[in-house]
Amino acid sequence: MVHIKRLLEDGADILAVVGEIDASSSIELDLAIAKSVGEGSTKILVDCSALEYISSAGLGVFMSYIEEFRDKNIRMVLFGMKEKVANTFQILGLADLLHISSNKQEAKKLLNELSV
Amino acid sequence: MSYQYNIGCSLENLKGVRDFIRKSLRSHVASDVVLNEIILALDEMCSNLMIHAHHCNPDHHLEMHIEVAQKGKVIFEIMDDGEMFDINRFREPNIDNLVHEKRKGGLGIRLVKSIMDEVIYTTLNGRNVCRLTKTIK
Repeated sequence: MVHIKRLLEDGADILAVVGEIDASSSIELDLAIAKSVGEGSTKILVDCSALEYISSAGLGVFMSYIEEFRDKNIRMVLFGMKEKVANTFQILGLADLLHISSNKQEAKKLLNELSV
Repeated sequence: MSYQYNIGCSLENLKGVRDFIRKSLRSHVASDVVLNEIILALDEMCSNLMIHAHHCNPDHHLEMHIEVAQKGKVIFEIMDDGEMFDINRFREPNIDNLVHEKRKGGLGIRLVKSIMDEVIYTTLNGRNVCRLTKTIK
C-alpha cells in the first residue's frame, strides 16, 4: 500500500511517497508523476523519507520517465531515502541514472543547479 | 528452522509474502539492508510467477518454504504447478536499453540474480520447484 501526498513549495512539486511500492501499487506512483507532468510541473522532488520499500515495478516507473524528462527539460530529484531503499537503487546502478540527494535542502539545491 | 507460506496468485498478496519472510528471518538476519534485499528478491520471484506463469489468477497458488540451514545459509523454495517460468532463460537487459525502450520489466530478474547466490529449477512430484540460496555473512 502506498499513499502519495503532493505539496507545492518554492515552485517545485513535492511528491511525498508514504508506504511500500510493489507490483500492485506502482501504478499509484506512475499516476502521481503523470499528473504532475500533465499540469506543467518542470521541477519535481520526490520525498522518499517515508518510503519503506520499493521493488522493480517502482524502479521501472522512475526509469520510464528519464527520456521524457530529458526531452521536455523536466528535472526530478529523489531525496531522503532510508538505507535499505537506497540500496535497492544501488544494486541496479540506478543512482547514476536518476538524481538522488540525501535531504530536501540538498535536493532543492541540486534541482536549481540542474535548471541552469 | 523451516517455515511455509501459501499464496494465491494475486499481486495484492505480495505484501503478505514480504511480511512472512520478514517474520521468519527477523531473528536470523541482523542487517536491515540484507533482510530487505532477501525480501525484495522473493517478492520479484513471486510477482514474476504470478504475472507470467499464472496470469494473476487468485485460484492458482504458490507455496513458499524457507529453511535456515547452518553457517548462515538460507534456502528458499517456491513451488507451483503449470508452465515453468525459468528466469535463467532470460538475458538480463542492459540498463541503457531499459531507459530507451521504456520497458518496465527486466529489472526484477537482474535484482534476483544480483542478490541471490544461486537460482536453480527442478521438479518434484510433477510440480515446479525454484530453489534460491543465499549465505548471510
